[in-house]
Amino acid sequence: MHAVDDVSFALMPGERFGLVGESGSGKSTLALAILRMIKPPGQITAGEVRLAGTRFADLDEEGIRALRLAGIALVPQGSMNSLNPVSRIGRQITDAFADHGLRLGPAEQDRRVSALLAEVGLSEGIARMYPHELSGGMKQRACIAIAISLRPRVVIADEPTSALDVVVQRQVMATLARVQRDLAAAVILIGHDMGLMAQFVDRLGVMYAGRLVEVAPISEIITSPRHPYTRALIAALPSLERRGTLAGIPRLAPLLRELPPGCAFHPRCPQATDRCHIEKPMVRDVAEAQVACHLA
Amino acid sequence: MVPLIEAVDVSKRFAGGLGRESTLALTGLSLAIHPEKPSVIAVVGESGSGKTTLARLLLGLAEPTGGEIRYRGADLKRLDRSGRRAFRRDVQAVFQDPYGVYNPFYRVDHVLKTPLRRFRLADSRAEARQLIDHALRAVGLQPEEILGRFPHQLSGGQRQRVMVARALLLQPKLIVADEPVSMVDASLRATILGSLRQLTDEQGISILYITHDLATAYQVSDSILVLYRAHLAEAGAVERVVTAPRHPYTQLLVSAIPRAHAARDWLAQEEASGPNGVTPTATGCCFAERCPVAMPACLAAPPGLYRTEPRRAVACIQYQDCPELPLGDPGQVLSV
Repeated sequence: MHAVDDVSFALMPGERFGLVGESGSGKSTLALAILRMIKPPGQITAGEVRLAGTRFADLDEEGIRALRLAGIALVPQGSMNSLNPVSRIGRQITDAFADHGLRLGPAEQDRRVSALLAEVGLSEGIARMYPHELSGGMKQRACIAIAISLRPRVVIADEPTSALDVVVQRQVMATLARVQRDLAAAVILIGHDMGLMAQFVDRLGVMYAGRLVEVAPISEIITSPRHPYTRALIAALPSLERRGTLAGIPRLAPLLRELPPGCAFHPRCPQATDRCHIEKPMVRDVAEAQVACHLA
Repeated sequence: MVPLIEAVDVSKRFAGGLGRESTLALTGLSLAIHPEKPSVIAVVGESGSGKTTLARLLLGLAEPTGGEIRYRGADLKRLDRSGRRAFRRDVQAVFQDPYGVYNPFYRVDHVLKTPLRRFRLADSRAEARQLIDHALRAVGLQPEEILGRFPHQLSGGQRQRVMVARALLLQPKLIVADEPVSMVDASLRATILGSLRQLTDEQGISILYITHDLATAYQVSDSILVLYRAHLAEAGAVERVVTAPRHPYTQLLVSAIPRAHAARDWLAQEEASGPNGVTPTATGCCFAERCPVAMPACLAAPPGLYRTEPRRAVACIQYQDCPELPLGDPGQVLSV
C-alpha cells in the first residue's frame, strides 16, 4: 500500500511550509521519505527529492548521512523524549559536531554550544544539565538547538509542540521562527492544528489519505479554502467566538489498504457527486491554489 | 440539597523525598457538584496547575492533605462498604490515554463486561449485551464494529469512546474526564466532546472536564475554573470568562491560542510579552512574576477572591473593590 502517493511540492529558500492532515494521512511518512529515513519493509518506490538542485538519489548512504542535520534537519515528533536521558545537553549538541567530522577544540566547542543555546533562548548553564532537569518547553528548545547546530537549509518540525500547553507552545514557535530567520532556512511544519498553521506558515499543503489535496498560500486557505476537506479541517477547530459550533468530520479517515474508488474523500464529503465516486481527481491550478477536487 | 460530591477547602501537598522541598499541588479549593442541575464544568490550567490533582481527589484516588472530599454529605474517607460502592458507581472516570487503559490480551468486550459483573447490573447474557449495545450507540459507535475486537484494532478515537461507554453503563451522576481528547486529532476531538455534551443534555450526567485547552472548554462547558500553580485564578460562566477574561493569567491563556484568522499577530504578541522583572515572593500572588500589571501590593499578600459580576469570581487585586468571596470557593458564582 502507498502511505504517500504522488506528492510534489517545491520549497523556497526561507519559506515556512505547513503540512496538515489527520493521523494516518501520511504527513510524517512524507517527512521521513524526504530524509530517506523510511525503514524496511517500507520503501520509496517512485519520485525524488532535490535540495538546491542536488538529487538525493545520486547520493550514497554516506552522502545522505552527511546531508541530514547539515542540509536538512528533523525535529521529530515527541522529540522531547528523544533526548538521551543519561547525557548532558551540551554533550548531545557536540555529538552532532563530532558525527559530522567537525574537529573542534574544547574552548571552541563550548563557545558554539553557548551560542546555540542562546539562539534558542536557553542560558549556557543548560549545557551541563540532564534532560530530566528541564521543563517540556526547555527540552523542545534544546531539540531545536541540536537541529540547527550545523546550520541546515531546511528544518522539518514534526508536531514540535503537541505535548505543550498554549503559552509554552507560543514561546517555542517564536523561538523556531527567530532561529529560522537568523539561518535563512526553510521550515516544513507538520501538524493537525489549523490555528497554528494560520499563524506560522506562508504556504500550506493539506494531506488526505497519502495525497496532497490542496496547496495554497496560507491567507488563501484561511479566507477561501477550496477543497471540502480543507474546509472541514478549519471547521473542526474549536471557535472562540461562537459556542456550540464544534463540528467533527463525520466518519473515520479511510484505511490506506482499502481506499475508496474515485476521490478518497467522497464517503465523508458533504458535496460529493456521482463523478467523485468513480473518477480520481487530478491536481489542478485554481487561482493561486493547487487543488485535487472535481468541484473546485 | 446535599451535593453529590463536594470538595471543601481541599489542599494537596506532595512530600519531597531526600531533603527536597514538598510541592503544593492544590491550595484551599472548594467545589460542589449538584446532581439536580447537571452541567459541564471545565477545569483549565497548564501543567502543574493542580487540575489533575483535583480530579484524583474527587475520584478518591488521592487523599487531601487539608480539607475534605464529601460524597452525599459524608467524608469520603469514612464511607462504609456500601457507601463506597455507591460512590464507585455514581462517579466515573475517563482518562487521557486511550491506549494505556486496555489490557492488550483481552478483547474490548472485557472492559465493558467487567463493570456489569462487578455491580451485578445484568441478569442474563442477553441483557448484558443489550446494555452494552445501548451504551456504545449512545457514544456514536456501532456495536458490531467494536465488539469482538482487540484494542489495537480500534482507532484512538474509538477506544476513547468505548471508555465513555463503559462509564455510561453504570449510569453515573458524574463523569470526571481528565484530558479525554488531548491524544486524538482535532476532527475526532469534536466528535468525542460532542458525545460527552450529549450525556449532560440528554441523560442528566454532570461532567467535570479537565483540560489545558481553553477553546474546547469554551465549546462544551457551562462553567469554568481556571487554575494557576495550585491556586484558583478565575471562575464563572464560560461565556464571560473566555470571551472577556479578567484575570491576567486567563488573558494570557486566551491570547496564546493560535487562531485560524488571516490576521497574524500571534508570534508578535509573544515577542512583546517578555519577563516583567518582578521577583516573586513566597507570600504574594503566585502569578506576579509573569503578570504584565503586577504592582508592589501583589507581592505583599495573596489576592482575595472577588465577585466582579454575578457569575464570575476573580482572584486578583485589581478587583478588590468588588464584593469578596471566601478564598478558593467560587460556589456562589457557579450555582446562580
